[in-house]
This record gives sequence, structure tokens and C-alpha cells, in this order.
Amino acid sequence: MASPHDKDHVETTGHSWDGIEEYNNPLPRWWLWTFYATIAWGLLYTILYPAWPLVHGATTGVMAWSTRGDVAAEIQAVREGQADMRAALVDADLATLPQNEALNGFAVQAGAALFRTNCSQCHGSGAAGADGYPNLLDDDWLWGGQIDQIAFTIRHGIRNEVDPDARYSQMPAFGEILAPAEIETLVQHVQSLPEGNDPLGGEGGALFADNCASCHGEDARGNRDVGAPNLTDAIWLNAHDDASLTTLISKGPFGVMPPWGDRLGEAGVRALAAYVHQLGGGEPTPEPTPGQPKE
Amino acid sequence: MTHEQTSLYAAREPIFPRRVSGAFRRLKWQIMAVTLGIYYITPWIRWDRGPALPDQAVLVDLAHRRFYFFMIEIWPHEFYFVAGLLIMAGLGLFLFTAALGRVWCGYACPQTVWTDLFLLVERKVEGDRNARLRLHKAPWDARKWRLRLTKWAIWLVIAMATGGAWVFYFADAPTLARELATFEAPPVAWISIAVLTFTTFTFGGFMREQVCIYMCPWPRIQGAMMDEGTLTVAYRSWRGEPRGRGMKRHAGDGAITRAAGPQIGGRSPVLPMQFREGRVVLPEPQAGAAQGPGDCIDCNACVNVCPMGIDIRDGQQMACITCALCIDACDEVMEKVGRPRGLIDYLALSDAPRERAGGAPQSVWRHVLRPRNLVYTGLWAAIGVGLLLALVLRPTIELTVAPVRNPTFVTLSDGAIRNAYDVRVRNREGSLQNIAFSLAGAPGMSLGVEGVDDTTVAVEADSQRLIRVYVTAADDTPAAESDRTEIALTVRDTVTGESATVETTFNGDPE
Repeated sequence: MASPHDKDHVETTGHSWDGIEEYNNPLPRWWLWTFYATIAWGLLYTILYPAWPLVHGATTGVMAWSTRGDVAAEIQAVREGQADMRAALVDADLATLPQNEALNGFAVQAGAALFRTNCSQCHGSGAAGADGYPNLLDDDWLWGGQIDQIAFTIRHGIRNEVDPDARYSQMPAFGEILAPAEIETLVQHVQSLPEGNDPLGGEGGALFADNCASCHGEDARGNRDVGAPNLTDAIWLNAHDDASLTTLISKGPFGVMPPWGDRLGEAGVRALAAYVHQLGGGEPTPEPTPGQPKE
Repeated sequence: MTHEQTSLYAAREPIFPRRVSGAFRRLKWQIMAVTLGIYYITPWIRWDRGPALPDQAVLVDLAHRRFYFFMIEIWPHEFYFVAGLLIMAGLGLFLFTAALGRVWCGYACPQTVWTDLFLLVERKVEGDRNARLRLHKAPWDARKWRLRLTKWAIWLVIAMATGGAWVFYFADAPTLARELATFEAPPVAWISIAVLTFTTFTFGGFMREQVCIYMCPWPRIQGAMMDEGTLTVAYRSWRGEPRGRGMKRHAGDGAITRAAGPQIGGRSPVLPMQFREGRVVLPEPQAGAAQGPGDCIDCNACVNVCPMGIDIRDGQQMACITCALCIDACDEVMEKVGRPRGLIDYLALSDAPRERAGGAPQSVWRHVLRPRNLVYTGLWAAIGVGLLLALVLRPTIELTVAPVRNPTFVTLSDGAIRNAYDVRVRNREGSLQNIAFSLAGAPGMSLGVEGVDDTTVAVEADSQRLIRVYVTAADDTPAAESDRTEIALTVRDTVTGESATVETTFNGDPE
């Protein structure tokens, strides 16, 4: 700060415009040096890091640093950090996984991330499904809702031609087998089933017994071995108005799901299974009865 | 236009404050001892919170997002406590500045306290003002090197201790101390210590008054908070002028070649206001004062002790931190020459005309207990009471409920409608809580909790747990068929019985 002592006249910069003078309150010299230091620092920075724009791209800097490299290193670090958990998940008994709080928590979190990336396109980001794509939140399952059944479905997929172990079944196109009037009767019959009508009763019941009961069962409650849905409950995989059901029965549905075992690895499949199992519809694994080997 | 070569940048003029003793110096030593004591000792105070929680009385646990202060524990969502404390700090600054000027700068600011400590070291190593002046001018011989290196070494130790103490607020102090001693501490600890060591060393040892004048915003802000009733350090020019050393003083204004600018509440004479036509505007000579010499003997004691290197007789100015050491220095001299103390004193601007007219200044209490200060105090206290109430009344169990909206409802195989809720339960106790959910809703509604058979879950001590809760309305019930139904979820600690309730909605399927 300019010292006012011994002066009855304040120093000016010497600049004068129309008699208006500029007082000189000089900045401290260290401030000037700090300013030069920041310039030097800035230049050094542009040498060390990517900075100067060129015609194609920019200088890379002598430290070979890039945001891409940062992300790659971060992913690598997370992978290494999770390696133990992944190994434990692959070794774990799926049936008792929900009781293992730490491992299950990891699996559910990992599964949630995998689901958003790989599954939400068909099943929806909230897993509520869509017309033709099953809702994973409810308590109805086509191929089984126990955690290892879910894992099997994810691992091998459904009706795909890639995985020989894919779950497979096919509902015939009844348009080539039954007359339109018969299909019309069946449509009405099927729509009445959730209201408690006898699946085998009446004209529709006769048609049902001949054509449908082999897969959907005489009680119309479906068969998970062949992925045949329960027709008596309140849940419909596809739209169930007259027109949609007529098309469905005439042409036969053929829902396909790709196998994920090769793409996600066993740890990924198990993580997804754990996630889907805890969405609200997961079924407990029954205690294995002696003499009956587990699936 | 004339143009002469002037430098736009000024080198720092070194300041060699002389040792001084007196009431204010004593007070400053005491405040230094207390503030430094608090700073260095606090992290080492232990406070038992049970086995699950840290036992450090004051701890900013960034990793686990907790702040511990003795019996108080703050979670991130309770940041309003910190905001409230900051508002209180702001209002407190208003209050102190309005009442006592830059009392924070002069007594409690870390820059002042550490500079004072560094000056103490400097004085012990290199001697008092005159010795230091001589040493400053002396060539760099062995003695100068020895003294300088000794001083710098002690400064460095203090600076490292300062940075070292800081990191203990962010981790368990004994553990971190052990890690530091065995060089196993995390890099962030070393970096923090290094940065604070560097800043303490340079700011306390070399920058000193430069920090206050050029780097700190407070001098500007606080200048705007003061008014004519504010008590601040000032020179009684009407008593001191005309000044002179052993001067056979003549009457007449012509003798005054240099005098104080506006004394109290004025601005630094370098600012244009004090100058007209290139000359300092002098105070009107008082009839009485002009007759004989004033009390100021121009001994420069007030200037020599000033850590900011200013002359308080030029009036209240931005560079003055009101450390009051000039008061001590001047009182000492006044006593020696047999004049009353208080030539430099805590004064208010409003007292100046009163005293010039021969009256007595208002009492300190009249200055402190002004409406403005009382309003500040009231606001400050109101926020403090509010924070205390919030602190005492906050529950040990907390609940937030986020209804899952993707999808809004799920139809189950029996036709029932189910809603899911992401529920976060916070257990603020130092021990595991077993909590039970219950539901207040419409007829036909039932409650389920993901992963458990009943509705009881355990929440670990001092943690938050995300739980998915299902509310199901049976088929054909009003709730299942209406768009919205108001419900309430309650969690209850099965041991203490304490509970928390959140109201939310249930979405049915109107089709």
C-alpha cells in the first residue's frame, strides 16, 4: 500500500486527461510475480497435457494423459475390485443366495445395471414388460420363477437358434387347423376362463380339450415345462381383446429371447437372476426332497 | 499531458514490530493460547459413542458422510445445521463489527494469531526491532545465516504442526498419527499437510500484512459494516496535535507541516477524498489546541509496534486490523511523560465532536447496546434457539418413501393390484434397530416386505437401509379400482417403540 507519509502530495501515474489525473496505488510486486508464475504454469500445462488444437486433433501432451485413459483405468480398477465378489457369485448356491446379504446386495446392484443395459429394451426399464414381453414384476411365470429357473432362462434364452439348450416350445398356428368359427368360439371361451368358467365346459370346452389342453392343461393353468401360460389368472402376456386373441390363436405366438450366458458370463447371468428374482414375483426354491435330484 | 516514469508495482517494505506490553498485549496472548489450544487439542478429545461409531469428539468423517461434534451427529441431509451455523457466524460478524469494528481481525483471525506467533519466534531468535533492523541490513555472513535458518526452521515446525493438526479433524487422530509416523498415511493426508504447511509458513512468515491488505476481502466488507457509533482504535488528534518531539511549540497553524487526515471513521489518506488540490485537508485547528503543544511527542512508539506498519495518527484506515497494540505502546509513553493515558484509544466517531467540545465520551455500554446491535443479537439468538430445538427434537428413526412409478401398479395373478415403494429407513442410533412396518390404508389392503416373510427388518447401527415394500389391494376392492388412495406407512422400533410415519398414495387400476 502506498505510504502517505512525508508527502502532502499523492503520487499519480502521470496520466492526465483533460486535467483528470490517475492516482498511483501500486500493486504489490509479489502480485506481479504471481501473475507471471500463473502464465508459466499455464504454458507448462499445455506441454504436459493435451492442449493446442491442430488441423486434425490436438497435441497429446508429454504425459500421454486422456479422459479415455482415465475411464479405462477406472473401469479396470472397478473390475479388479469386484473380482472377488464375482468369483464368489459364480461359486454360490443360487437357492440360498438371498440369505447371503452382502453377496446378494452386490448381485442385485450389478443385476440392476445389467438389466438397464441389456434387458430394458424389451422388458422395460421398470421390468413391467409390454405386449408380448413378460412383466417380470408379477407373480406369474412362463418358465418358472425360482432363482435358478430364472438364471437358466437368462443363460440359454427362449426359442432362439443359437443356444441348443434354449427353452423351446411352439404353439401351432390354429388358423390352419381350425375353422374361423371354431377360433371365434375359442376366443370367447378363453376370455371367460379368468372368471372361473369350466375350461372343459360347453362347445368351447370341447375345442379346448382337443386342441389346447395338451399344453395349457385340462385345468387351463398352464405348464411351465413348455412355457404354456396359465389362462385362468388375471395376467395376460398379450393384448386380450377379440381381435388380438383371434390373431394370436390363428398365427401362434413365438416369443424369442436371446441367450445371455456367453455375453454376460456366468457372474452376469447370476446377478441378473438375483435382480429379477427380487423384483416382487420371485418364488422360493423348495427344499430338495430325497431321491429327487435338483434341476 | 505530462508523463513521468513511475512504477506500477511496489516492493514490500519490511516491517519490524517492536515488542510491547500492556493490557491489550496480555489479552492477545491469552486469546492466542486459547485459540491455538482449541485448534491443536480438539481432535484428541475422545467421546464414547458405542462400538459401532468413532470415539473422536470432533470428527468430519467425509468417507462415511458424518459429522460428529461431541453428543451431536449430523448426516448429510441435515446440512441445514451447517447452513444455520454459517448464518449465525455471519450475523455474529455483523454484530461484532458494528459494535467493536474489526475486532475479529485484531484478535481472533488465524492470520493474526499465527503471524503473532511467528513474530514471537522472530523476536526470540533475532532480537527486538532494532536488532532485527540491523540484521536486515547486515551482509549475509555466518551469523545472519545461523539466525535466519534457526528462525525458518522453527517456523517450519510450527507450520507443519498446523497442517498436521488439521488432518486429524478428518480421521481418527491416534490412528492417523501412527500412520503418519510409519509413513503409511493416505496421500490426501500428506497433501493436506503439505499445502497447509506451505501456506502457514509463507503467510505467517513472509506475507503477513500483505494477506490482510491485498488478499483478504474482510477489510473492505467490514469497513461497510461500521458506523459512527462503532468503537474502534483511534487517535485523539484534538489532544495530540500539534505534535513534536521536545518541541518548543509555537502557536500558529503555519507550524503544522504534516498532520493527521480525518481521524476517526475516515479513510486512508491515499484515497482521494482526503486531498483537495493536491494537499491533505487538515482538521480545523482548535482554538485551545493551537495555543500550546499537544500531548503527542511524536516518539513513533505507535508506529514501531504496529504489525501492519501504519501510523494510526493518520486516522482509521483500511490497513488497520485494530489489534490495539498502539494503545498499549502509547499508554506506556504517556505514563512516562506524565500525561493521561488514552491518547490512542478505543473511540467512536460520534464521540469525536463531543470530546472536541470538551465533553466526555459516551460510555462503552451506550455504544454496544445500540438498537442495531440488539437487532443483530436478537436474530443471532433466534437462529441459535431454532437450531437447538431442531437438534433436540429430531428423531432417532427416520423414514422416506418413494413410490415406484415405473410401473405405477402391477396386476397379480389373482387380480389383486400391487404397488411398490422404495423405502429408506435411517437408524440414527449407535446400535442395531429391529423395525416393524405397518400400514394405514383402505379395507382389503395388505403389506409385504421384499426378502422377509413378515414385516420386520433389521437396520444396522448408524446407517440407512433401502427396503422395497409392497402394498397390495385385493381384487374388486375400492382401492384396487380407484386411481388414488391415500395411505400411510409407519415404521416402529420394536425395542424403543419410537416410530416414524410417512403419508403416500396407492395407485389402483380404474379400468
